[in-house]
Amino acid sequence: MRIGCPYCGERWNDEFIVLGDADALMKRPGEAQFALFYDYVYLRDNPAGRHRELWYHQGGCRQWLVVTRDTLNHTVHSVETARCVAQDREAAS
Amino acid sequence: MEFVDSIVLSSCSVAAYARLKRSEGSATPDGEFSLISGLALMHYSLWSVLREGLSGGRGWTPAWRDPEPKAEYDAIIVGGGGHGLASAYYLAKNHGLTNIAVVEKGYIGSGNVGRNTTIIRSNYLLPGNIPFYEHSLKLWEGLEQDVNYNSMVSQRGVINLFHSDSDRDRYVRRGNAMMFEGVKAEYLDREGVRSFAPFLDFDNARFPIHGGLLQRRGGTVRHDAVAWGYARGADQRGVDILQNTEVTGIKVEHGKAVGVETSRGFIRSKKIGLACAGNSSRVAAMAGLRLPIESHVLQAFVSEGVKPLINQVILYGAGHFYISQSDKGGLVFGGDIDGYNTYAQRGNLYTIEDVFEAGMAMWPGLGRLRMLRQWGGIMDMSMDGSPIISLTPIDGLYVNCGWCYGGFKATPASGWCFAHTIARNEPHQLNAAYRLDRFATGHLIDERGTGAQPNQH
Ligand SMILES: Cc1cc2nc3c(=O)[nH]c(=O)nc-3n(C[C@H](O)[C@H](O)[C@H](O)COP(=O)(O)OP(=O)(O)OC[C@H]3O[C@@H](n4cnc5c(N)ncnc54)[C@H](O)[C@@H]3O)c2cc1C
Ligand SMILES: [Zn+2]
Repeated sequence: MRIGCPYCGERWNDEFIVLGDADALMKRPGEAQFALFYDYVYLRDNPAGRHRELWYHQGGCRQWLVVTRDTLNHTVHSVETARCVAQDREAAS
Repeated sequence: MEFVDSIVLSSCSVAAYARLKRSEGSATPDGEFSLISGLALMHYSLWSVLREGLSGGRGWTPAWRDPEPKAEYDAIIVGGGGHGLASAYYLAKNHGLTNIAVVEKGYIGSGNVGRNTTIIRSNYLLPGNIPFYEHSLKLWEGLEQDVNYNSMVSQRGVINLFHSDSDRDRYVRRGNAMMFEGVKAEYLDREGVRSFAPFLDFDNARFPIHGGLLQRRGGTVRHDAVAWGYARGADQRGVDILQNTEVTGIKVEHGKAVGVETSRGFIRSKKIGLACAGNSSRVAAMAGLRLPIESHVLQAFVSEGVKPLINQVILYGAGHFYISQSDKGGLVFGGDIDGYNTYAQRGNLYTIEDVFEAGMAMWPGLGRLRMLRQWGGIMDMSMDGSPIISLTPIDGLYVNCGWCYGGFKATPASGWCFAHTIARNEPHQLNAAYRLDRFATGHLIDERGTGAQPNQH
């Protein structure tokens, strides 16, 4: 599986570390909101198909990336920097 | 797993045989047809092997039926892997529920029960785990007689190596934890390990072998024979095993489970147990449940067959690698999961490299062997690395999942406890710690101490 890093180009996935579901992990609720915080820490959609996930390019530019990947066949559909995704989200809200 | 091809062959041939027999109609000379449409009650023994050996094997009957789904069952188990089949077996045997179906989307044994590296052991550390896995080991010890099926339970011993002083402390602690729970553990020094496995790299510059923790009662079991043995045992007690029947929906009314939609129509039941291993999240989502689980791939490998080389199961302590030898002679081994979410039953090259590097560091002679096969299976990795056998917020819906890469050894106890949980609508003491809501209440069972990061367990 190769991931096209926006900075470094296409690289084998052993250069990266994967953290998990980007949509779940990038929406950190306040700690006082117990139920939401429980969801955030533990519950995952774990879909079969398209999945947006956080990958860290440890063996390259050391940027956090949001990779949209198909969990059924490992096709990488798109790669954005997590920073851009977060900024877009902020701008939208 | 070993013998991938033979699994396919044998399950197909059972089905083909059943078809053949059906087409022959009820006029078979020896009256076997009634065994197929009714219950296949043939008892396996030395005598039956001799008799069939001398008569060309013509008297063997299918090990289980291929029934049509009924409109309603007292309980439905979704998933015909080891855990689902064992659950049905113990529901029938221990709880007298016999109007049960196991609904399996493929053929039984096509999931992880037929893909694992067959290791059984109960050398755990934490209180919630040790009694459960020990119960499982005890059930393994009596399984073949219980289900009248040869599953080749081989208690050849499991050795966990350690490579430093702090590693040694860790394993001594684990051994002590086991002994507190009444599970025998033995400490091996360097020479002790050498007496079992002289070929290991004891003087490796980076990770020399200092000793090991031995559990003699651990070992291996022929994985697919476990599925077949439980299937046959359940079938004999009246359980319908519905193969090639995919569950596509779970119907819930007023907070109560009422049945499942399948590729062969709707089937009603007030008790539905999910035992779908790597697909647990997808099936639970049909009832609107989100689980603390990610699906990951674990790969395994088999070398060419060689004469007996290694008599125990040996686990490397400085990386993730474990190895044993199958009865066919192939070395069976594996290591880490790949680490990213996936439902594709195949992995990537860097994990393969990683496994082989660890293997070579522990046992340099491995480099002289050729590899025969490699495959992957989808793991239900839970957020604390421990399983879930539990009630759910939906009445009559039960989950059995989160087995990570270690659920094969749990198969008997998992089925035993799940059956209890479903029949009594409450967990047994042995699975009381495996509640689904433990993540909300903070009662995690985190053997590795790595937190809510499934790919680290
Ligand atoms: C490579 C590898 C090595 C392993 N090594 C070991 C080991 O050495 N020791 C150990 O203890 N454990 C090991 N494991 C883990 C162990 O195999 C699993 O934890 C265990 O088999 C899971 O339970 P099961 O047997 O019920 O799963 P499975 O056999 O996967 O059963 C689940 C079943 O559910 C069915 N299903 C899914 N969705 C649906 C649906 N919608 N409708 C109907 N049916 C459905 C699937 O088709 C499948 O047959 C290993 C796993 C792998 C992949
Ligand atoms: Zn990069």
